[in-house]
Amino acid sequence: MARMATTKQVAVSTAAAWLFGFLIFFPILWMVLASFKTELEAFAIPPSFLFFHWTTENYATVQERSDYLHHALNSIIIAGGSTLIALLIAVPAAWSMAFSPTKRTKDILLWMLSTKMMPPVGVLVPIYLIFKTFGLLDSRIGLVFILCLGNLPIVIWMLFTYFKEIPRDILEAARMDGATIGRELVYVLTPMAIPGLASTLLLNLILAWNEAFWTLNLSTSNAAPLTTFIASYSSPEGLFWAKLSAASTLAIAPILVLGWFSQKQLVRGLTFGAVK
Amino acid sequence: MATRQTQFLARSLLTPAVGLLFIWMIVPLALTLYFSTLHYSLLDPGSEAFIGLENFRYFLTDPAFLASLQNTLVLVGSVLALTILLGIPLALLLDQPVVGRNFVRLMVIAPFFVMPTVSALVWKNLLMHPVSGLFAWLAKLVGLTPVDWFNDVPLFSVILIVAWQWLPFATLILLTALQSLDEEQKEAAEMDGASAVSTFIYITLPHLARPITVVILIETIFLLTVFAEIYVTTGGGPGLSTTNIAFLIYSQALIQFDVGSASAGGLVAVVLANIVAFFLVRIVGRNLEA
Repeated sequence: MARMATTKQVAVSTAAAWLFGFLIFFPILWMVLASFKTELEAFAIPPSFLFFHWTTENYATVQERSDYLHHALNSIIIAGGSTLIALLIAVPAAWSMAFSPTKRTKDILLWMLSTKMMPPVGVLVPIYLIFKTFGLLDSRIGLVFILCLGNLPIVIWMLFTYFKEIPRDILEAARMDGATIGRELVYVLTPMAIPGLASTLLLNLILAWNEAFWTLNLSTSNAAPLTTFIASYSSPEGLFWAKLSAASTLAIAPILVLGWFSQKQLVRGLTFGAVK
Repeated sequence: MATRQTQFLARSLLTPAVGLLFIWMIVPLALTLYFSTLHYSLLDPGSEAFIGLENFRYFLTDPAFLASLQNTLVLVGSVLALTILLGIPLALLLDQPVVGRNFVRLMVIAPFFVMPTVSALVWKNLLMHPVSGLFAWLAKLVGLTPVDWFNDVPLFSVILIVAWQWLPFATLILLTALQSLDEEQKEAAEMDGASAVSTFIYITLPHLARPITVVILIETIFLLTVFAEIYVTTGGGPGLSTTNIAFLIYSQALIQFDVGSASAGGLVAVVLANIVAFFLVRIVGRNLEA
């Protein structure tokens, strides 16, 4: 960091970075603007950028006509439920592999990773038929189950890499002081594991919220989360740009905020620790 | 440390996860394998019969398979090329001293968090609509004929959308890697009179080799199964022009209800993905030892 950049260099790279950043972000901004327009203005050529009649009626209409909150609740239940269950299964597993590894730990980890590589279409047919047989199609519990299993390898991996970083010496010191395994867990390890748990939770909420293969194929209305709900705007008779934009803005806003907080964990979680 | 008791405890903590993943992996896959040998159509229940490798012959010789394989390869290849070729300069730029860098980074990362159905529909309608889309307006502004994106260049349109979604990922990973590059090394090179270009070629690029490989492999895994973007924009068409393997299997299974053939296709997709996975697992495994 000791290199000194001249003011001119900083000005040039700042201008370039802001320009490209703005271009990349623009589609999202454009969508948010459209959500505050009337349908006519959203469709108008030439488009108006800021000087249009701002209105929030689209947001009200989306809720009234299509029960937006019902689908938002589905998203929360499916994403939240699948993440929590995955954590419940993954914490003990990652814990055990990080703190008492055996010869086979590495193989087990890599095998878990390889299950994530299986393309979902490879098992679409049997999963669909199993769901059909057990009446799980268009049910929240079915989606919770599938998304939980789908993300389990990533959850275990992330937790493993975090637990691995907890220094062993602290454990030994606690044991020397006569701490039991229970006390050791509660007072020593848990506080140190919380940041890793939080990041894992966050990243997997995002992944599950945006998952759009299983949700599109296994839900239609009752259990439809926001991904499926938004997809219903693709039919020609449903082409209302302002309303599509309002529904989309609501659907991505919470996850965008969470996502911005979890940038660092994103790299770690999605590269399985291969890039830090 | 490793008393028999703790070993037993460790094993019992690990078992539920391993068991569930094993079932998750083996049961559907075994069923897919089984279905792939059957004549099995949901439209014609009760007519299931063992037909050996007939489904594979049918799936692999179907002209739709070759078309969709080609589309899949073009889609994956183009998105990889776009995200990496744009991601490297973008990461280098964000690694510079930039006023308001954190804010710029937020803007760059944002598309990655947008759910696929939203990105696809916003691009298709608000931006790429041949009459009222923003691109059409821009084209007219500079005196060009607007492009009818999803009719004239359907696959390219899908590629653009998917590349927009994955550019943040590539950029973020490359940026993370750049920030771990030893600054002193670059300084030493500069002191020795190396130009910016040769510093980039001989120091920065080799440092990026591994993260680039990781980006390629991970993106490939996800890009092989692009589905929602096609589902909400083109439905695989016009014709077969935007049908990739994932979409082809979906349409055989849930539109034509041909379970047998879709299962054979599913196994082909698994094999394709495994070729990539093989290399990724090796790289990650090597990292695990270090």
